[in-house]
Amino acid sequence: MTIQFNDETFYDDYTFRNSEWAIRRFPFPFHEDSYMYSVNLEPHLSLRPGSVFEKTFDVDEHYVSEMRDRARVLAEDPLRCQSLPHMTLAGWDLLELIMDAKAREYPDLFELHRDGDRWHWINKPLGIDQTFTFLDETTLPCGPMEYITRQAQGDFALLDHRDDNLWMDAGMVTTQADWSLDFDIGMNFYEWHAPVPKAHEMGVFQRALKFLLNLQQGAPVRRLNWTMTVNPLLDTSPENYHKWGVQKTSVTPENVGSKYHLRVELQTLFRLPRSNALAFPIRCYLIRLEDLATVPKWGRRLHRVLRDLPEELATYKGFIRNRPMIVDYLSQFDDGAETSPGIWPD
Amino acid sequence: MSRFQFPKSIQSRPVYGTLSARTGKAHLMVADAEGAEAILDLAAAEPALMARVHVIYIPKDTGTTYVERLRAAAPAQLYVGPSFAAAQPRLRKALADAHMGLQIYLAGTEGLIGLAMQDAIAAGFPDGAIQTEHRGSVARRVQCVHCKGITEDVSQSPFVCAHCGLNLFVRDHYSRRHAAFQGVCIDAEDPGEVPASEGLYQ
Repeated sequence: MTIQFNDETFYDDYTFRNSEWAIRRFPFPFHEDSYMYSVNLEPHLSLRPGSVFEKTFDVDEHYVSEMRDRARVLAEDPLRCQSLPHMTLAGWDLLELIMDAKAREYPDLFELHRDGDRWHWINKPLGIDQTFTFLDETTLPCGPMEYITRQAQGDFALLDHRDDNLWMDAGMVTTQADWSLDFDIGMNFYEWHAPVPKAHEMGVFQRALKFLLNLQQGAPVRRLNWTMTVNPLLDTSPENYHKWGVQKTSVTPENVGSKYHLRVELQTLFRLPRSNALAFPIRCYLIRLEDLATVPKWGRRLHRVLRDLPEELATYKGFIRNRPMIVDYLSQFDDGAETSPGIWPD
Repeated sequence: MSRFQFPKSIQSRPVYGTLSARTGKAHLMVADAEGAEAILDLAAAEPALMARVHVIYIPKDTGTTYVERLRAAAPAQLYVGPSFAAAQPRLRKALADAHMGLQIYLAGTEGLIGLAMQDAIAAGFPDGAIQTEHRGSVARRVQCVHCKGITEDVSQSPFVCAHCGLNLFVRDHYSRRHAAFQGVCIDAEDPGEVPASEGLYQ
């Protein structure tokens, strides 16, 4: 199929919209009517043609505009992309992983031609035609991680594996749920997760780390995470929180259905072949509550999940002040009927 | 007494121990203010150690309180400097000149410990060669997540960022790389509604 790329914005006038296609394939993150943290990792295998789980790196109608938004954010704040000196090889690993997957899975959009170390990369949606020498930084306009993640939706972290821990030593982070790469770079797995409430005591991070340290090449895994965002703002960074935080006060019972978005992260993890680092893509999907509720099961379920969510989590996820309004709005979609197990629409 | 019992906190927040003498040919001690007490305690416990110690000391607002006692402990080298920034070239030289096996002891405020740790790690010393002991003020170095400026000796939260002027609350989230805690705008959602400042552990 050919994707029609939207011309839209994720800030200021917020012209972002999901088509009917994008709504139906939205990665709804709740498999039951309640939510608590868990190590909800599963193999990142191709699932359901057309779904966001089909391809290694999903490309959708927002691709071109998201890449434009990334370039805008980087121009304002270059510290959103950083790589500690020992992480360059992992950057090349990531470049290969993404180029290879995109060219294989979207041959109408991307091409990769290799002649030994001489590579030729064609990115048709972004109009890029680049010849370079693999593993030779001087042949790209910027470092390999920055180069390829300016052409791939979602944030990316590269995690170094040493001392039985994972270290966030490189990243491209412009669509984040309120965490700072500049502050967290260089931290280990426990340290960068330190501000998350409850999960440490539940042993979630110990189990997740143990699992990830054993992650094998060719066997990537995935999980979904979520939060709530006012307006389709991709860059909900702490750096700019003093600018976007006030938007939370712009929500009224009349506009809550169009202003509030469920924000879902499709997180995947790949073992990289040369560096033995992990690639950690964090892909963000946004959907208006009123669009989400066009799928009856999702409207019902989201109402129940948000209504019953422990206060600590609603606070951490940043929507405690507006929760009553959100829950009140969603209650109109909840007729009390039973919901089917799993995340898919009925 | 200059010791403070820090409440239990999140996992990125550093924890400090008590300095103890280690065997080794060379020892580097870096301290500020009441951190001198930790060195004096160590010297009292192991007087023979001091002949192999280089002490870098920044008195800050303790003035001359500890200087003569440090001198009396007879370290091989004693430097008393006006600020960490002034002492830093000397510290870096000492780290660069050191042979393998140098034992490093850091004592005093969290800011001093964090900054000296940065230099020691940058010079290639492993965690295990560095001991720390907190003494004195519980004020923190805080990085403003918005403008990236660092404000020294923050003892109240919220406080006004010395660089951009935003009202910041002080988190326990800590970056070794910046040697700083994180400060985040407290009135982003309600501009101008800033709660009264309180001492960090009140």
